[in-house]
Amino acid sequence: MWDYTEKVKEYFLNPRNVGVIEDADGVGEVGSLACGDALTLYLKVDENERITDAKFKTFGCASAIASSSALTEIIKGLPVSEAEKITNEDIVRFLGGLPRQKMHCSVMGREALEMAIADYRGEAEKAVEGTIVCECFGVTDREIERAIRENRLSTIEDVTNFTKAGGGCEKCHEKIQRILDDINGTWHPPAGKPGTMTNIEKIKRIEATLDREIRPSLQQDGGDVVLVDVDGNTVYVRLQGTCAGCRISHVTLKDTIEAKLRELVHPNLFVKEA
Amino acid sequence: MDSIYVDNNATTRIAPEVLDAMRPYLTDLYANPSSMYRLAGEVSAGIQKARAQVASLLGADPEEILFTSCGTESDNTAIRAAIQIRPKKRHIVTTRVEHPAIKNLFEHLSKSGWRVTFVPVDAQGRLDTELLVRYLSPDTAVVSVMWANNETGVIFPIEEIAREVTNRGILFHTDAVQAVGKIPINLKEIPVDMLSLSGHKLHAPKGIGILYIRKGIPFVPFLIGGHQERGRRGGTENVASIVALGRACELAQEHLSEENTRVRKLRDRLENELTDRIPKTIINGNRKNRLPNTTSIGFESVEGEAILLMMNQVGICASSGSACTSGSLEPSHVLRAMGVPFSYAHGSIRFSLSRYNTEKDIDTIIETLPPIIARLRELSPFWNQTVTTGGSKTSQQTSQANIQL
Repeated sequence: MWDYTEKVKEYFLNPRNVGVIEDADGVGEVGSLACGDALTLYLKVDENERITDAKFKTFGCASAIASSSALTEIIKGLPVSEAEKITNEDIVRFLGGLPRQKMHCSVMGREALEMAIADYRGEAEKAVEGTIVCECFGVTDREIERAIRENRLSTIEDVTNFTKAGGGCEKCHEKIQRILDDINGTWHPPAGKPGTMTNIEKIKRIEATLDREIRPSLQQDGGDVVLVDVDGNTVYVRLQGTCAGCRISHVTLKDTIEAKLRELVHPNLFVKEA
Repeated sequence: MDSIYVDNNATTRIAPEVLDAMRPYLTDLYANPSSMYRLAGEVSAGIQKARAQVASLLGADPEEILFTSCGTESDNTAIRAAIQIRPKKRHIVTTRVEHPAIKNLFEHLSKSGWRVTFVPVDAQGRLDTELLVRYLSPDTAVVSVMWANNETGVIFPIEEIAREVTNRGILFHTDAVQAVGKIPINLKEIPVDMLSLSGHKLHAPKGIGILYIRKGIPFVPFLIGGHQERGRRGGTENVASIVALGRACELAQEHLSEENTRVRKLRDRLENELTDRIPKTIINGNRKNRLPNTTSIGFESVEGEAILLMMNQVGICASSGSACTSGSLEPSHVLRAMGVPFSYAHGSIRFSLSRYNTEKDIDTIIETLPPIIARLRELSPFWNQTVTTGGSKTSQQTSQANIQL
């Protein structure tokens, strides 16, 4: 059974703002029957460019319905200029969270909002931006790139959770991985020849590994790490915040930082505290 | 709120008689059946009795019955044994609508160098024996075809298929998890080489299964260990559950006619009333040749998970072929193999009854479901309010009905 928050359940069972605005100033339509979810969003905008009313119709699961309803609640009363800054994370936050596998429901909300605002502004309907990567769900590289950047995604599974891309026949997984690598940097050591890295390359990779693999988890606990110097295969770092003076900092140093750097940069690296 | 449980193809409640039968083996009769004292002898006798009870339900000999931990283990044991028995053959055959225990195993084997044929079914979920036979070759090691489909209840012509397959010297396995206890099975007359069965689908507990292996068929164990099950499956026996399954098989035999009369009538009333009361509704699968307890109903323009959660609010437990409930993004592979349109596949609900369901259960479902569907259709951008096809009421009328959730 899906683990929905009380707020998701409430917005599913008693959705706000269901319906159609006949004389809407902006309409956004995303999704399709084949995809398993779809949303039509209607906006009413006054002369001060403020959204006075928003209504929706949604085909989909509980979280799709709740996300759509949440979106209408968030944007009602907002100036269009503010509404266009709404992201899928705002919808997720409003609902008190969504199961990871259901994140695409919030992305669908953001997409419908963008389309409705573009429609309101009379912007010509954009041709599909980018090229289709996932044939099963018709997801383009642009959409995938955006979801990766906005939500800091690092795995194909994440990309599927947020965009649905890759959730069907899985033939596009290689392409998705390439997009992930392009954005997050390809930092897998070139197989078989770790010795051919220049010093600058090595430092860049160490920095990238610290940034992506280590800092986020340390920062969650109020700590941090900075790279001080690299001398041959010895990497000097300084632990900061709660990590500095932590009784198990040597564990962090060896088991986390050194292990990751060895795995992703060079197997001969040593980490020392500066 | 009392639950109305109509998800018996997922699992079933333990029958009170079954619980009574197994209880002593969870308390006083705790000895290891392999030990040499009288207490162990009693435990061992319990297992032998259960083996005979299972064999009787299947029309098998007790020594053809191997106790396992579940249907999935039985399937894995059977197929992995088959390909080891026929080491030079590299082709294996199954259908496109198997349970994941077979489907994913065959997909796994196809990545490990076996050539795999997934035989298609028709729009009503039926399997054509002639078509299947056309795929067989001297290189085929084993064919595995489910006896009845878990989602639609459609029954396959196992007798015919088993004959065609085994006549060619190819091993034949059937996953009969959904069929056993619901339709008569007599392995004396049907030349199945191996058959899987799961206890918790017929009112025994979870964690117990059966693999039937016809006498004379060579066998390679999956779990290697002690001498239990005559060396065919290592591991100390799950005695209480084995005894429970034996009793459950005995009860299944007693209730077999009830499944095909009273339960079938309940199922028929349920689907007739629902398709009559709710417009734009289809029954997935061939209605003639189906398990008596199962119906898969597709509701146009609504999504299955949403239906399930609304039914949950009123205490109805069913399941769905929709993508959202399974954690995948595409609707069930069974409905897709049948070519059920997306507009119905995403909104398909499976009701699977048991002998514990009552007329009152059916009354409640046919009263509560139409307003739920109407309400979700009101939310749906694909639902056209003016549609008036199908049953006796128009969508306009049904959508006016209000439910308190």
